[in-house]
Amino acid sequence: MPELTTKLEDGVLDVLLHGGAANEIGLAMLGELESVVRSFDSRVRAMVIRSESRRGFCAGADLRELHARNATRRSEGASDAQRSSEVRAFLDRIHGVMNAIDEAPFTTVAAVHGVVFGGGFELALACDLIVADKSARFAFPELRLGIIPCFGGLPRLRRALGTSVTNDLVLTGRSLGAARAHELGLVSQLVGEGQAADVARRVAVQATRFDPRATRAALDFVRTDISAELEREKDLFCELFVSPVVDAALARFASDASAMPYLPASGGAA
Amino acid sequence: MDVTDTLLTLAADRFSRDRSKLRPEDDFFEALEIDSVDAMTLLTAVEEKFGVEIPDYEVQDVRTFSALAAVIGRRI
Repeated sequence: MPELTTKLEDGVLDVLLHGGAANEIGLAMLGELESVVRSFDSRVRAMVIRSESRRGFCAGADLRELHARNATRRSEGASDAQRSSEVRAFLDRIHGVMNAIDEAPFTTVAAVHGVVFGGGFELALACDLIVADKSARFAFPELRLGIIPCFGGLPRLRRALGTSVTNDLVLTGRSLGAARAHELGLVSQLVGEGQAADVARRVAVQATRFDPRATRAALDFVRTDISAELEREKDLFCELFVSPVVDAALARFASDASAMPYLPASGGAA
Repeated sequence: MDVTDTLLTLAADRFSRDRSKLRPEDDFFEALEIDSVDAMTLLTAVEEKFGVEIPDYEVQDVRTFSALAAVIGRRI
């Protein structure tokens, strides 16, 4: 089953996520996202990424898949260095996707609702604009698992909102409601429940009305270079990932039968 | 209307339940038949209704309406 569907209409590339319980990003979703960014060409004048999942935009990396792969490799006798190298290869691929979106020569819009957690938050942050319905909640729960955000979220959140908000969210793992995210400037437009995709489409259509060269010039100016920070984030993640603490946390996560075991409201999965 | 009453009415409206059957001491996961994602929705609705911001970790072990009302009360 495909995990996403794309449609190019009137210069707007519509990317609809529909994988797993809440579009968890595993190898299958990653491969399809890579196909999306490879399809970028001059016909694309704007892009909207949205989700049809009732649960939300995207719950982040597929940690159950990550745990299974990691446990298998450990049982096969893979060294820490080998496992670190393998997870870095995955990160290089997902960073390639996020960077391609971040550096796209057109306006990109994330239309979000419900859960916008971890890698899902990072996908939204890679876009130029976030349109959120009132149900959206943003969070980086990674520290609960002994890791840090690793799809470029740390530098992109700090670029968007500064160190204070980044610290607040990352160091506590708490989620941020859409209304507060709008007040902080993370969300460009706050809309009623179920309206984010429609409003994001209107934003994207508006963005196609300008000279592409002017759009590119504006984007080039605003998008500051964070490439060194992105590499540092990968380095830090890979150092943490091989720790037994992370193995244990991922095993706990994987054995939790609830649909969203990292949500604190589930009764303390952290 | 006090915080608990307002919360019970909000929860009943949000999840289309009979308000008269909800009691403060009820486990809201069970009484509303909701999962953790729905609970996030309830948290968002609470924040909007009461004009407060409630960090998740404040409600991590909270399961009853009365306990949630107490957390809200500390933030008003």
